[in-house]
Amino acid sequence: MINTFILRLFLGTIALFMAAPLAVVAGVSFNERKSLSFPPEGFSLDWYAQIFTEDSWRSALFNSVGVAVGASSLAVVVAFPLAWFLWRFHAPWARIVQVLGLAPFILPPVITALGFLSFWTTAGAYGQAWTVVISHGIFFVTLPLVTLTLGFEAVDDSLVEAAATMGADDRTILRTIILPLILPYIISGMAFAFVLSLNEYIVAYMAVGFTVETLPIKIFNSLRYGYTPTMASVTVLFVAIAVVVFGLIARFGDLPRLLGAWRHDDDS
Amino acid sequence: MKIKPRTFSDYASIGFPAGMLMVFFVIPFGIMIAVSFFQRVQGAFYEPAFVFDNYARFLTSFFGGILGFSIGLAALVAVVSVLLAFPFTYILTRMARRTQVVWLVFLLSVLSLSEVLIGFGWSTLLSRTAGISNLLVAVGILDKPMSLSPSFGAVMTGMVYQTFPYTVLVLFPALSRLDPSLVEVARTLGSGPVRSFLNVVVPALRNSIVSTLIMVFVFALGCYLLPQLLGKPSHWTLSVLITDQAIYQSNMPFAAAMAVFLVLVSLSLVAISLLYGKKENAA
Repeated sequence: MINTFILRLFLGTIALFMAAPLAVVAGVSFNERKSLSFPPEGFSLDWYAQIFTEDSWRSALFNSVGVAVGASSLAVVVAFPLAWFLWRFHAPWARIVQVLGLAPFILPPVITALGFLSFWTTAGAYGQAWTVVISHGIFFVTLPLVTLTLGFEAVDDSLVEAAATMGADDRTILRTIILPLILPYIISGMAFAFVLSLNEYIVAYMAVGFTVETLPIKIFNSLRYGYTPTMASVTVLFVAIAVVVFGLIARFGDLPRLLGAWRHDDDS
Repeated sequence: MKIKPRTFSDYASIGFPAGMLMVFFVIPFGIMIAVSFFQRVQGAFYEPAFVFDNYARFLTSFFGGILGFSIGLAALVAVVSVLLAFPFTYILTRMARRTQVVWLVFLLSVLSLSEVLIGFGWSTLLSRTAGISNLLVAVGILDKPMSLSPSFGAVMTGMVYQTFPYTVLVLFPALSRLDPSLVEVARTLGSGPVRSFLNVVVPALRNSIVSTLIMVFVFALGCYLLPQLLGKPSHWTLSVLITDQAIYQSNMPFAAAMAVFLVLVSLSLVAISLLYGKKENAA
């Protein structure tokens, strides 16, 4: 009895800790006046409307979404042939390419960001809007690479063998058997990259910080001049997007498995 | 099933990803290393040279102080995160699947949040006008609301907030694969749930815990905004200093030298943690 109570208390404390800043931000986003007060005084959705009506916020939102769509597509386009090659062929040296694909995510982000800053400056393209799409696409290639590797591992070998016996070549097998089977992994990898690219600050800032304003860059710049409630509404919007995207992945896919769990009854 | 690649078209598929990673990851890295030996030019950017000045600045006490603080802070954050996340993840993996998924969606959402937004959230929560100090006044612990940030406590709290979901996700595979019969045996033999957790689960995953500690340490070392948003200048870390030197002081060579140093520290730690992880898989 006492143990269940302690257990609940522990879980409750963690939930409270994780939710508290988001709850306060959600609260202040509903303030009627432009003040930072909690509990909110009055109730208004003006600050949500402002994301779409005020030019600077709207263009930042469009920039962010545009970059995230481009970058997540690029990440998948780079990760797919790599994951396929690693699955199809026996070539130990290809592990080096795999490690390169995993490295951007393991190293501190400042390093990748600084690498891109020196690269784009040297290439003479510093500040061009498209550079941030490539930078994010490479930076987040790890996510589709991981989900696709899991996806290929889950492909039943006997299906591929059957198709090969019937005379299908690699290309046909890829199109008719593998693609449909790993489509969920492509989508989830792309979704992970999309959400993280929306939120990413330092790489975007070092690549195009002075020419293109994404939402995180805009919020950081605004923070220096004090508080505006639109920051709060944008934060709530971003949390909502993340919850919806990850919720959809969980609804249509196997989230625990994507995150590395397997059930013991699976082995037998 | 796997075959050796033979024809040109076999290799073609890996050509594109390999090329992209080479051009946009390896070469930028190389340029950064080169820049770390360049000479800064006042008023301009930098010029090619081969000097060790940027590395020599590591030997100053100012830099030593920042490095010591960064490492200490990251280590503290990693220890606190793992202490909280290990029992939490253990409980999580024993929950019903539905509850597990709800928690995972929530944790992933927090993990994907921009550091800018986390910093903003915590500075609001710790602020004088909207923060928890108002709650403490209402309860009667404080006389009047006060601002709790910038402070070391605020930096710590924000960083643990950011690393906690990461820690849970790093521990999740190992804990969910743990054989449940291990604990069942301990329970059958009469040890309580807490004792069987401490005496069976923790030792069984000793290596995972060590490798997680290192991974979280590297993750916390990479934290580039929270010390700036929630702390005083004395709480700045190496990552913050790199950004500051690169962007605001326009001293790319020094920023690059610090980044190279950070890479070496991170890579060697990640290598150690992979080694630890391997041991457990082999056993």
